[in-house]
Amino acid sequence: MSSLNQYISLFEQNRATIYAASPEALNRLRPAALSALKQFGRLPGKRDEGYSKTSLEEMFAPDFGVNISRVTFPVDVAQSFKCDVPNVSTLLGVVVNDEFRPSATLLKNCPEGVTVDSLAAVAASDPEFVEKYLGHLSADRDAASALNTLLMQDGVVIRVRKGVKLDKAIQIVNIFNAAAPLMSVRRLLIVIEENASARILVCDHSQSSDYQYLSSQVAEVFLGDGATLDYCDIEESSEKTSRIAQLFVSQASDSRLTVNGTSLTVGHTRNEYHIDINGEGCDTELAAMAIADGSQVIDNSSRINHNAPRSRSNQLFKYLLDDKSHGAFEGLIYVAQDAVHTEAYQSDRNMLASADARMHTAPQLEIYCDDVKCSHGAATGQLDRNALFYMQTRGVPEAEARMMLMQAFMSDVIDRVPIEGLRDRLRHLVERRLSGEHAVCGDCAASCHK
Amino acid sequence: MANDNKNINSTDNASSDDVLRDVTGSDYKYGFVSDIDSDIIARGLNEDVVRLISKKKGEPEWLLDFRLKAFRYWETLKMPDWAHLDIPPIDYQAISYYAAPKKKESPKSLDEVDPQLLDTFNRLGIPLEEQKALSGMAVDAVMDSVSVKTTHREKLAELGIIFCSFSEAVKDYPDLVRKYLGKVVSYRDNFFAALNSAVFSDGSFVYIPKGVRCPMELSTYFRINASGTGQFERTLIVADDESYVSYLEGCTAPMRDENQLHAAIVEIIVEERAEVKYSTVQNWYAGDKEGKGGVYNFVTKRGLCRGDFSKLSWTQVETGSAITWKYPGCILAGEGSVGEFYSVAVTNNFQQADTGTKMIHIGKNSRSTIVSKGISAGHSQNSYRGLVSVAPDASGVRNYTQCDSLLLSSTCGAHTFPYIDVKNDTAIVEHEATTSKISEDQLFYCNQRGIPTEEAVALIVNGYAKEVMNKLPMEFAVEAQKLLSITLEGSVG
Repeated sequence: MSSLNQYISLFEQNRATIYAASPEALNRLRPAALSALKQFGRLPGKRDEGYSKTSLEEMFAPDFGVNISRVTFPVDVAQSFKCDVPNVSTLLGVVVNDEFRPSATLLKNCPEGVTVDSLAAVAASDPEFVEKYLGHLSADRDAASALNTLLMQDGVVIRVRKGVKLDKAIQIVNIFNAAAPLMSVRRLLIVIEENASARILVCDHSQSSDYQYLSSQVAEVFLGDGATLDYCDIEESSEKTSRIAQLFVSQASDSRLTVNGTSLTVGHTRNEYHIDINGEGCDTELAAMAIADGSQVIDNSSRINHNAPRSRSNQLFKYLLDDKSHGAFEGLIYVAQDAVHTEAYQSDRNMLASADARMHTAPQLEIYCDDVKCSHGAATGQLDRNALFYMQTRGVPEAEARMMLMQAFMSDVIDRVPIEGLRDRLRHLVERRLSGEHAVCGDCAASCHK
Repeated sequence: MANDNKNINSTDNASSDDVLRDVTGSDYKYGFVSDIDSDIIARGLNEDVVRLISKKKGEPEWLLDFRLKAFRYWETLKMPDWAHLDIPPIDYQAISYYAAPKKKESPKSLDEVDPQLLDTFNRLGIPLEEQKALSGMAVDAVMDSVSVKTTHREKLAELGIIFCSFSEAVKDYPDLVRKYLGKVVSYRDNFFAALNSAVFSDGSFVYIPKGVRCPMELSTYFRINASGTGQFERTLIVADDESYVSYLEGCTAPMRDENQLHAAIVEIIVEERAEVKYSTVQNWYAGDKEGKGGVYNFVTKRGLCRGDFSKLSWTQVETGSAITWKYPGCILAGEGSVGEFYSVAVTNNFQQADTGTKMIHIGKNSRSTIVSKGISAGHSQNSYRGLVSVAPDASGVRNYTQCDSLLLSSTCGAHTFPYIDVKNDTAIVEHEATTSKISEDQLFYCNQRGIPTEEAVALIVNGYAKEVMNKLPMEFAVEAQKLLSITLEGSVG
């Protein structure tokens, strides 16, 4: 049976259970997803355009369990998570596999006008809101998001109402904890209304590295007029964890979006960023870094659609690949015919640190408007020998010089992270990662690996 | 004051728009039809047609086998749809696969060539007549994919250089042809390569022996004349050790309402320390201003730099064709081999182009340079698509790619789709691309120095394409300049 059919038949056999466990606002999207999947017929493989290093067919092939009957995993959130980024006070929520559990601080301190809650709960209490947004951006446009829609049962809703400026960052920690191979089907719905602002930090962890996990995450983000969102995503799971994370964003006029992706310890990760700039005067910053060794695979794909005039976007992707790791970057800037005065830039820089590391890059421009400034650049190389030599002549030992250069290479991605405390944390994590320590979150998510 | 500025700018805008319209709105000069008696076989494609073509050309058994294998493989294929092109369905059974100007015997001297045919090539400015020997170019003229006349053969033969039509080569040098045919572009390479391998009617064959530096430019001029036909020619160039050749290719076609198919294959083999320079000025009929008619140009060109320190350089000026699908590539297998690709692609009206290159680095210390300049106007779509790949054992590879796009209207499109695959940690691969229009700042700067807007546009477009034009051999640069001035009339001074 093909990977896809295995999940379609899982759905068809358990249709009643799934429908009974979920509110109507979620269930109503499933028929369309099912017919879309049947139309696709299969999951994309490496021969499909845009999937050069990722075969979803293979990724979804193991017979992962899906928590259809909504078993609550025995994890005492309050006990095991003191996860906190130093100097950054956050509103913390934890998602165990795909089930949302707010922290005590979150329940107590969540300011007025801000909702951070379980998707299932909000879908039951405020179905109109969920119906208005959920599924509109992902819209079954590819097999992975359609499969997510077919099987989704929970996730997180973050809503910041009109004009509310949230100082504290919202931190969502996704944790895998199961004593069997498991697929978690997560959903994030983020709505930042007019002139509101928020900072969101999403961390991915695996609590056990004994089992194969697969995480399928679809995040839909709606930015209202003049809204601001900083979105940081850090993945530090295990080498047995595969993940496909899709971020769909719709930006209204004058909204500002900063997205930062960090892939440190992963098995096979595919991150997709689909950003639609639908209003004038938007500003979009997208930066991601990947450090990989062993046989890890990190695959980033971005598509920024400039559908409206006078917007600006800037992308920076950096990869450091060691051992037998593979990296892929496919990025597209699309400028519609009436999107005049668009400024769009994209840059991809990759460093190969071993003979067996592989990098595939496809930066693309598709431009239908003449009054634009667009550019992209991609380079793949290795550490600058001259710089290394220079440092050695100044008495810096080679190993240290290498470390410094690699850190410097990554620092311009880290510098773009808008949350100050998080920048320091990331620098620290990168340093440890580069020095060969298995990058556990240290005392950040201290308990994740206990 | 602010208002005044605005006014000045808006008039400037209007006038520069007019200039651009003038610049991009001129006609095709080579659209005439020559009234030449042609031998055309019935439309349609099946095994019998393949056998008939082979029989008409009196080919040996092995070549017929090659064609049949290709045809059977082609039947299993579907037309590729991955390019950024909107290709209307092509009825492959509605095309005649063989058309040749009728001739009694192959001409011994120029006097025996049909005067009408000579006139055609003279109108195209191709020096077929020997007295034009001064122009210093050996020409193989191919009309409707059959070679009409090759000049300067004797002089070249003294040096041991073989320059003749493909069918003559099959007769006279079967071993050489058999040794190299299909070695760089296999009939299994792609849909159009398979089609060409099955039905190719003629083309040029070049062999440069060891240590010979070809004293003149070799040139093939392709012309589609008969209607309802396609053109399927094949070029095979072999440069033996330490040889050098510069090869030019030009193409034109009459103006017709129907779309004509051109699916060619060019194979080049470059041995140790040899160098081949291949220049193309492609000016197939591009269709009228409403996008009606024009040639579909689906070409597979590839060179194999087999020897160490060999070099292959592609230069192309693409101004014609309704649809272009073409990726001249280099397989850099030899150690220290060098691949170059310089391209100017101009699209206007409803033309579509998806063109670029492939640099496949297999040899150690191989290097490649890619410079691609796209100019889009009217409602055209112009895409660069390229691949740079570095094999695991190819250490010390260096690539630099630059592809720029210039947009001359608000309704056209310019796209860039580079693919970069690096499998070796000592490679340095760089890609840069920019897209912009002629900026008001640049125009203003020129105006300010007393250069009228029209000349300023000319200056900027000219300067933009210069980097590539400079790479063309002198004989061709003149023609290419002329062509740019037809497509972008008034801008090249």
